[in-house]
Amino acid sequence: MHYCPGCSHGILHRLVAEVLVELGVLDRAVGVCPVGCAVFAYDYFNCDMLEAAHGRAPAVATGVKRACSDAVVFTYQGDGDLASIGVAEAVHAAARGENITVIFINNAVYGMTGGQMAPTTMLGQQTTTSPLGRDCQLAGYPIRVSEMLATLDGATFITRCAANSPKNVQATKRAITKAFQVQLDGKGFALVEVLSTCPTWWGKGPKDAMEWIDETMQGSFPLGVILDRTGGGISDK
Amino acid sequence: MNTRQLMKGNEAICRAAIDAGCQCFFGYPITPQNQVPEYLSSLMPRHGRVFLQAESELAAINMVYGAAATGVRVMTSSSSPGISLKQEGISYIAGAELPAVIVNVQRGGPGLGNIAPAQSDYFQSTRGGGHGDYRTLALAPSSVQELYDLTRDAFDLAEKYRNPVLIVADAVLGQMMEPVVITREPLPAPEPLPWGARGTRKGSRTIVNSLYIMPEELEAVNLRLAEKYARMSREDLRWEEEEFAEDVDMAFVAYGSAARVCRTAVKLLSERGLRVGLFRPITIYPFPYQPLRALSERMKKLMVVEMSLGQMIEDVRLAVEGRCPVEFYGRTGGVVPTPEEVAEAFLSNYRVEVMGYPDDDNTRK
Repeated sequence: MHYCPGCSHGILHRLVAEVLVELGVLDRAVGVCPVGCAVFAYDYFNCDMLEAAHGRAPAVATGVKRACSDAVVFTYQGDGDLASIGVAEAVHAAARGENITVIFINNAVYGMTGGQMAPTTMLGQQTTTSPLGRDCQLAGYPIRVSEMLATLDGATFITRCAANSPKNVQATKRAITKAFQVQLDGKGFALVEVLSTCPTWWGKGPKDAMEWIDETMQGSFPLGVILDRTGGGISDK
Repeated sequence: MNTRQLMKGNEAICRAAIDAGCQCFFGYPITPQNQVPEYLSSLMPRHGRVFLQAESELAAINMVYGAAATGVRVMTSSSSPGISLKQEGISYIAGAELPAVIVNVQRGGPGLGNIAPAQSDYFQSTRGGGHGDYRTLALAPSSVQELYDLTRDAFDLAEKYRNPVLIVADAVLGQMMEPVVITREPLPAPEPLPWGARGTRKGSRTIVNSLYIMPEELEAVNLRLAEKYARMSREDLRWEEEEFAEDVDMAFVAYGSAARVCRTAVKLLSERGLRVGLFRPITIYPFPYQPLRALSERMKKLMVVEMSLGQMIEDVRLAVEGRCPVEFYGRTGGVVPTPEEVAEAFLSNYRVEVMGYPDDDNTRK
């Protein structure tokens, strides 16, 4: 894999792939990759894969799902892709109750392009385009995408997890499983936001980066189920 | 089957899409193409097909990308400003080599312009439109009949070349009513193409992508695309030559609505004893360079007429290469020239300064 040491993408790719296999849907899965660090994800998932333009993955996934309703369709998008340039596509896919699964990787920074400020960058966080730290007077506040989408009647299941400890990784896998199960049950739009590490652009070692998720990111992005209209909880299995 | 029916241009596009087996349509409202999504919102479900109004032109073209990737027939329509927004997706569709039909019912520009008929998207339609080294096959109908016929053909051509195909119409064609004779049987939506990304259960893994990090690799892809464009020129070039008797040595060159105006101007000129032909490109990409070049050998002059400040004239000049003088008459901003003013311009060796050309370059030699 091309990801940096300590990056969460490898773990999350594996979780999604394991879930596709365990649900027995790998051979009818169609994934849509973003623009960003996961741009090469099509090399890592052993299923049909589409590379979308920046932010457009939910629209591309909509086209796939509407044309081929028995495919299991997912997008895998970062925060620059989904929470900035692709907000409209994400909001309207959720509003339509599009029967797709969205894996939303939030690491508070643009990784692929070199560590620029993202819509989810924390106040005070230094990036290559907020060298003095994100200033709300100048650059506003981090966007809570999951809470925003949960206000839409079309959304079915939205949860926020983290990939920074064995316990949290296990919880993330259960959430991803549920998000795909929502699609298999034809219940509509499901999104799993995962707080993820970017040691390279946070300027931290992998261990410190994992701690920073608990200490800092969760201040703006609390973990937990944000919306669940399925009538059932997340399985502990 | 042979039915004759009066229909509006925008309706003919819809009928053609249904009859061609178009499985999915993704659109967004913009005048003067609104009847296309309106008609299809009821027609598509009635035929068990997919209609979806997207949240933007950007989303619509990316839905087209997704649906085309699964191997079904798919179409979107819009008008000039909306087509500009779609360019991102059109570039990706061309890069990933997917078949798709994109209808442009052109209106006046630049910017928000107006909703009147124009031909000012010629460059955008024939030069690739979006970023990168690619072209789109572009068909320019000049009647409601051709809107039907060419839209139907567009689906076959898109699949033949695995490339976006544009229908380059305008507000006149979209809004006018004319009789349409339908001779071809309607097709059911065909089985999805075998390579379609519908899961590996089909026996192979499909990657739909336009990312090639190594320059040499992307160069090889672009050269392969170029071979495809050359093949379009060899196998699917379309044009019409009207009123070319042996001794005719002057002609109009025009496409779409402007060609209709020229056709009447040809009649007006013949009433005044002047015999003038009409060369009408139907594919504007690929452009019929060779036929026009051959024709220009025996021409004393050609006059290009466009509803723009002069865009196709560049292709005409590339075809003619100075073999005869090329004059120009155009109206812009959504103004449709009258046959009378076109005839008058022809008689007075009219020329206006064409965008980007010094006046002396356009002078009759």
